[in-house]
Amino acid sequence: MRYIPNVSEAEIMLQQISMTTDDLFSDIPDNLKKDIALPPPLSELEVKRKIDYMNQKNQKMLSFLGAGCYNHYIPSHIKELLSRSEFYTAYTPYQPEISQGMLQALFEYQSLVCDLTGMDVCNSSNYDWATSLAEAALLCERVSTHKKFLIPDLMSPNREQVLRTYAPDTEIVKVGHDQRGQINTEDLKEKIENASGVYVEQPSFYGFLQEDLTSVGEIAHDNNALFTIGVDPISLGIIAPEKTADIIIGDGQCLGLPQNFGGPLLGIFACKKQLLRKMPGRVIGMTESAAGERGFAMTLQTREQHIRREKATSNICTNQALCAVAAAMYLATMGTQGLKKVADICIRNAHYTMKKINDIPGFTAPVFDAVHFKEFTVSHPQYTRIHEYLLNQGIQGGCVLDDTTALYCVTEMHSESDIHTLLTALEGFHV
Amino acid sequence: MYRQAKFTEKLLREKSVPGRTAYSLPEPFGEPVFIPDRLTRKELELPELSEVEVVRHYTRLSEMNFGIDTGTYPLGSCTMKYNPKITEELSALFSNFHPLQDVSTVQGCLEIMYSVQEYLKLISGTDAVTLQPSAGAGGELTGALIVKAFQKGRTEMIVPDSAHGTNPASAHMAGFHVVEIPSNKEGTVNLDALKSAVSEKTAGLMLTNPNTLGIFEKDIKEIAGTVHAVGGLLYYDGANLNAIAGISRPGDMGFDIVHFNLHKTFSTPHGGGGPGSGPVGVKKKLRDYLPVPVVECDGNNYYFDYDIPHTIGKVHGFYGNFAVIVKAYVYSVLMGSHLKKASEIAVLNANYIAQKLKDHYELPYTPLRKHELVLSCEKIKKETGVRALDIAKRLLDYGIHAPTIYFPLIVPEALMIEPTETESKEDLDKFIEVMITIKEECYKTPDLVKEAPHNTAVRRLDEVKAARNPQLTWD
Repeated sequence: MRYIPNVSEAEIMLQQISMTTDDLFSDIPDNLKKDIALPPPLSELEVKRKIDYMNQKNQKMLSFLGAGCYNHYIPSHIKELLSRSEFYTAYTPYQPEISQGMLQALFEYQSLVCDLTGMDVCNSSNYDWATSLAEAALLCERVSTHKKFLIPDLMSPNREQVLRTYAPDTEIVKVGHDQRGQINTEDLKEKIENASGVYVEQPSFYGFLQEDLTSVGEIAHDNNALFTIGVDPISLGIIAPEKTADIIIGDGQCLGLPQNFGGPLLGIFACKKQLLRKMPGRVIGMTESAAGERGFAMTLQTREQHIRREKATSNICTNQALCAVAAAMYLATMGTQGLKKVADICIRNAHYTMKKINDIPGFTAPVFDAVHFKEFTVSHPQYTRIHEYLLNQGIQGGCVLDDTTALYCVTEMHSESDIHTLLTALEGFHV
Repeated sequence: MYRQAKFTEKLLREKSVPGRTAYSLPEPFGEPVFIPDRLTRKELELPELSEVEVVRHYTRLSEMNFGIDTGTYPLGSCTMKYNPKITEELSALFSNFHPLQDVSTVQGCLEIMYSVQEYLKLISGTDAVTLQPSAGAGGELTGALIVKAFQKGRTEMIVPDSAHGTNPASAHMAGFHVVEIPSNKEGTVNLDALKSAVSEKTAGLMLTNPNTLGIFEKDIKEIAGTVHAVGGLLYYDGANLNAIAGISRPGDMGFDIVHFNLHKTFSTPHGGGGPGSGPVGVKKKLRDYLPVPVVECDGNNYYFDYDIPHTIGKVHGFYGNFAVIVKAYVYSVLMGSHLKKASEIAVLNANYIAQKLKDHYELPYTPLRKHELVLSCEKIKKETGVRALDIAKRLLDYGIHAPTIYFPLIVPEALMIEPTETESKEDLDKFIEVMITIKEECYKTPDLVKEAPHNTAVRRLDEVKAARNPQLTWD
């Protein structure tokens, strides 16, 4: 009982307060007490053996998966700094004077995300991109009162499902695309009446860039709808954030967080300052102490559940604070040049891989003829078989979208030899 | 006395020197890619620092922060227990697996998820579990959406006035009209008020047990009966599960839906605000409403079951905060049957404090508490002008984190104290002694308390100014 020091003091303490252990639980009716069968406790060494054994059932592979969770390089010092237990064993900074470290780090996160996205304000995190999307749709409804939200037909099915789950009473309408995957603005115009918001992804779920989001934003604004864009924050090293956006969301997992089998992720939520009072989630503000020192505190809490209860802008309480700190550490480490560099490596090496795959007879990459960032589709009439074939060679290909298509992702983590391993394998596939 | 580190640490932007770098990356092997001019980023201003500057910045910031590893952290309803270090090391073993890897190659990850589902079913007395919600409030929303899907057409969710703020907020987000009922003189659910609140419109009741006063709802069977009699469902807010884990089960009390805070009861670190994890357990009749996927086992292999007929959908892009789930798993096997002892000592520690402080502060309602207690400073405020907020700030000067304050709303000038099982008797005695000293200070040197804290990185912050003229970025 190395985590429960008072096991040895319990008798003395009980005597001092004139009680017994039975007294302590005398308010729970006996028929509600249940002696459940739990196994004996294990030593650290036994637990390590157990976990190691389980981990042996996992296979580390050369992987080309992305689709919302990405493998990027995490500089060593970020892992070291995140393991400072003053950060990771703290609760939410309810007492700001003793929590300035976390608060300044989160204030800097908000500032960095605003610099990156061109937005005015940013909350200190949502759970992930998908829940940020759902919260964005709910924000649009609070502003407009309409309950119709437009999404692109080419988007992450997981994110779409989370949106539909969070907003079951909202009419979700899909906007089509043209031959090059670009948002079909004629279709958008037909569907936009009484919409609270329009959502697009840049790059799209299929990895290509939308070339004219300004037109999409203008159509939204002309019809009193807010414009939300979901971004890959790494891409913002080289791709300009769209200026007509009212809300920019995305996943910060690619900024210094491991894949962790899909979580924790980091929901980015940034918007124009006009939306601040209706924005969900915690916000950190700069202020002064009684002694005139600069300091930081959670602010605008009157929007939040512990004050406003059912009238709050969201129910979110615990968020992804430590992940936001990791993202800030990552952006501070990369700086302007570093972020540009990692984005440039991704786009160049992804295009290299895409073209080489397209050159292999039977394969088409990509489906849509547009500039891609780090993801692209690979098509083959027998893709299901190729997926199995690659697995047998220790390669995890892209995310299978249907029987003939997969979504591949290439980042700075793939060496040239990794790419050639993939190409050689694909070339070796025979029907 | 405690003295926190104090640095005048500049903002990253203020430290930035053009041309400095902290990154290193290989050269690309692909040719440059043409990006249309209108899409090309021309302006981007991120801080430019060397690696050592980044490291010192965050090391200094961490020294101006207080965690459970720093000292006693009796934040009520937050269960700030010690986080065994081995959980960090072991969860990191799984950090490089991608959520969409073919399931045949990640059987170990699925086995852990399956094991945690089974464990939580056993602890809570429920029949099926989803691990997907990212935090307690995410679990509440998931539960409320399940209630909504199951209770087609029922519009009202009943919530006691002592409930956590997330309960009414989650119910509202799921589209319910929130009906608040008052507590009785004992601080528990007012059965008469409940009986007059329930009707054919009632979708459910959200309840914490023990409640936010730390009092066990001993009439829980009757409460459940009242709600079930009109066809309502009972929802268990698991924030206070640390009082009864291994001793009594929500499922046996009549609860139909239960959420767990893995970052409370199951010891995963809270990360200064997150990530947490808020799994939800349900009774058999609600299994078909859980988010997809749930991990199942066919006897040989683990797989994701997406075939859930009435699923509410998804509440996370993938499967939830997996790394947190691994830490909770490690904790569960480390503790095994000692989980019951943890609950017993958590309750003993709270009652020890209650008994030792009840003559110095007011302890409204019954003295017998579970894992937490709520003191009132109303008398002190009347006699000295010192508020609960001031007393909380003064505790910081002694190197003790403040309790939760002004909650629950039904206790004036509330201090909500949850010591957890991991504080030693010496630490509890120190807390008690400091609380008594501060009370004396309230009468002898009230300004000393009103102007606290004195020993933290900064003096008392002007939170009104922060809200009136919000400055939320360094621009």
